[in-house]
Amino acid sequence: MISADIQILMPEILLSIYAMAALIGAVYTSKDAAAPALTWATAGLFVLMAVWIGINGLGTRVAFEGMFVDDGFARFAKVTILLSAAAVLLMSEGYMQRRGLLRFEYPLLVALAVVGMMVMVSAGDLMALYMGLELQSLSLYVVAALRRDSVKSTEAGLKYFVLGALSSGLLLYGASLTYGFAGTTLFSGIIEATAHELSLGLLFGLVFLLAGFAFKVSAAPFHMWTPDVYEGSPTPVTAFFATAPKVAAMALFARVVHDAFGGIVVEWQQIVAFLAVVSMFLGAIAAIGQTDIKRLMAYSSIAHMGFALMGLAAGTQEGVKAMLIYMAIYVTMNIGTFALILTMQKDSRPVTDIRALNSYSTKEPLLAMIMLIMMFSLAGVPPMLGFFGKYAVLLAAYQGGLAWLAVAGVIASVIGAFYYLRIVYFMYFGEDSDALDGRAPFVLRSMAIATGLIVGLAWVPGVNLFGIDPIAAAAAATLVN
Amino acid sequence: MTVFAFTFYLFAITTIVGGLFTVISRNPVHSVLWLILAFLSSAGLFVTLGAEFVAMLLIIVYVGAVAVLFLFVVMMLDVDFAELKAEMARYMPLALLIGVVIIMQLAIALGVWGFSDGVEGRIAAPVGDMENTAALGLLIYDKYIMLFQLAGLILLVAMIGAIVLTLRHRVDIKRQNVLAQMYRDPAKAMELRDVKPGQGL
Repeated sequence: MISADIQILMPEILLSIYAMAALIGAVYTSKDAAAPALTWATAGLFVLMAVWIGINGLGTRVAFEGMFVDDGFARFAKVTILLSAAAVLLMSEGYMQRRGLLRFEYPLLVALAVVGMMVMVSAGDLMALYMGLELQSLSLYVVAALRRDSVKSTEAGLKYFVLGALSSGLLLYGASLTYGFAGTTLFSGIIEATAHELSLGLLFGLVFLLAGFAFKVSAAPFHMWTPDVYEGSPTPVTAFFATAPKVAAMALFARVVHDAFGGIVVEWQQIVAFLAVVSMFLGAIAAIGQTDIKRLMAYSSIAHMGFALMGLAAGTQEGVKAMLIYMAIYVTMNIGTFALILTMQKDSRPVTDIRALNSYSTKEPLLAMIMLIMMFSLAGVPPMLGFFGKYAVLLAAYQGGLAWLAVAGVIASVIGAFYYLRIVYFMYFGEDSDALDGRAPFVLRSMAIATGLIVGLAWVPGVNLFGIDPIAAAAAATLVN
Repeated sequence: MTVFAFTFYLFAITTIVGGLFTVISRNPVHSVLWLILAFLSSAGLFVTLGAEFVAMLLIIVYVGAVAVLFLFVVMMLDVDFAELKAEMARYMPLALLIGVVIIMQLAIALGVWGFSDGVEGRIAAPVGDMENTAALGLLIYDKYIMLFQLAGLILLVAMIGAIVLTLRHRVDIKRQNVLAQMYRDPAKAMELRDVKPGQGL
């Protein structure tokens, strides 16, 4: 029996073994000199894993008596997580190398964080959920403080750690209440327990669990850590925070509310809708005053999480599908945007002030063009990829009977468009100033061009959003039925 | 009062007193000692429950390692506890308010406590008649092996993190080279010269 279970967990096991073996290998041999090779190897392994998991879909399989679920939904999330983590690793290699930050532990910590995320999205039990979540979070705390000579980076790590521990506490408290009332930690048991009548205690457990998840996806009003952590961490690490962990936490959110509390949609729907509305407006309004592009992206991510939660709030299969599409699109846009942010440097020093982008279009017309595409897409301007994501969640919310939420979403996205367009304004019409250094490393440039093409050309007839729609629909169908 | 009830109340009261004095005692070293008392008496509570393995773990791990570590940290670090407490006092009203609200909410939730319907089918079955060390082993290394291994990975990450964030490889210092020391030959390393008075070398 255990060998069948292990077979289901094979990707996670292989990735952990790789991380441990590479750790030992690097410690005993060349240490940090091996870091670039390890970074590339880890990214390559991620891509291989993603292909393997994506192709090797074998329906729904359950391991360890329901603690670990391998279904279409988990596979969709895992492929997104692995590919985005690989992209971020490739982008970070050159940047961290130049600044002496590339330690050999970095790719391995990312690999272990990815193992944690893969367990999170496959969790079928509150204990497995918590283990995956902690493995992910602990690795992220460490990489946030990677630039240990900088006060800001250390502060980011510490702040993330303390608030993350607090949110884990909330989540565990919710889990213990849920266990106390349902008598089991298995999601399949919890959904049985809520089938007849919902006890007040179980509702309390649900609220605490959702508060914990809201911390992890940085949805308002649990978003306080996001801007500081994004600003303080090294930029490639920020790029990582903005992509893979968000997908994992959002997938976990969806899994818990549907797998464990799918019988009481009305109860959590109002909480999720509240989180969505507050996040969208806070992200849109608070970003207006920001001049640091990393802080700006932090608020942007809060707003985007609000939109993704809007899809979830619909409480339908359509809503989960919209959320998955939204997350995949969000990750693509963020990888492109951060590839461009990583190229921003003046006299070989990284700059993050958005005014440094003044008249960027005369210096680097191609990259400025891609930045324009990314900003339009993040704002949700029609022909770009981001519009289709927003359209999907708005439609899902409307069909789910939450028309007011859809209207609020449209208003928030109009407010939010201001700060994206302001960056475009600086690039094309800003007054001349000391421009940024012109050259961009090959990897970043090609990554930016690739994502620019994906984001800019999704509307072309025949491309059809790269066929993501039916895949997401199939994934959502395995979760909600 | 039976012996069982007497021991229960004895340990329970000692735990509460230990916890209380951990918080309110002025000297941090005394705080840690009170904490150890609280751990010891909770270990006693576990024994009365029949969970002797957990009781032993509590003494070995918490008293033996964690609390002693605390004691070292408290004694070695120069932390100004008076200042920390003054800081605490500023936020006390707000903290009390939040605490009271949460307690009231919990009273509402737990006041009507009762298992949900059909819980008998969901609660984990007892493992059978065996000592609890063996029972725990059967569960941890079989049913919960995945969680156990994941916990191991988490500890590994904690270890890597501690090293990544604190270990500094300094290049500007002299290091001990053991082999060079061992192969040092006194006959070659030293030379005796007879220097006559009034003459240099």
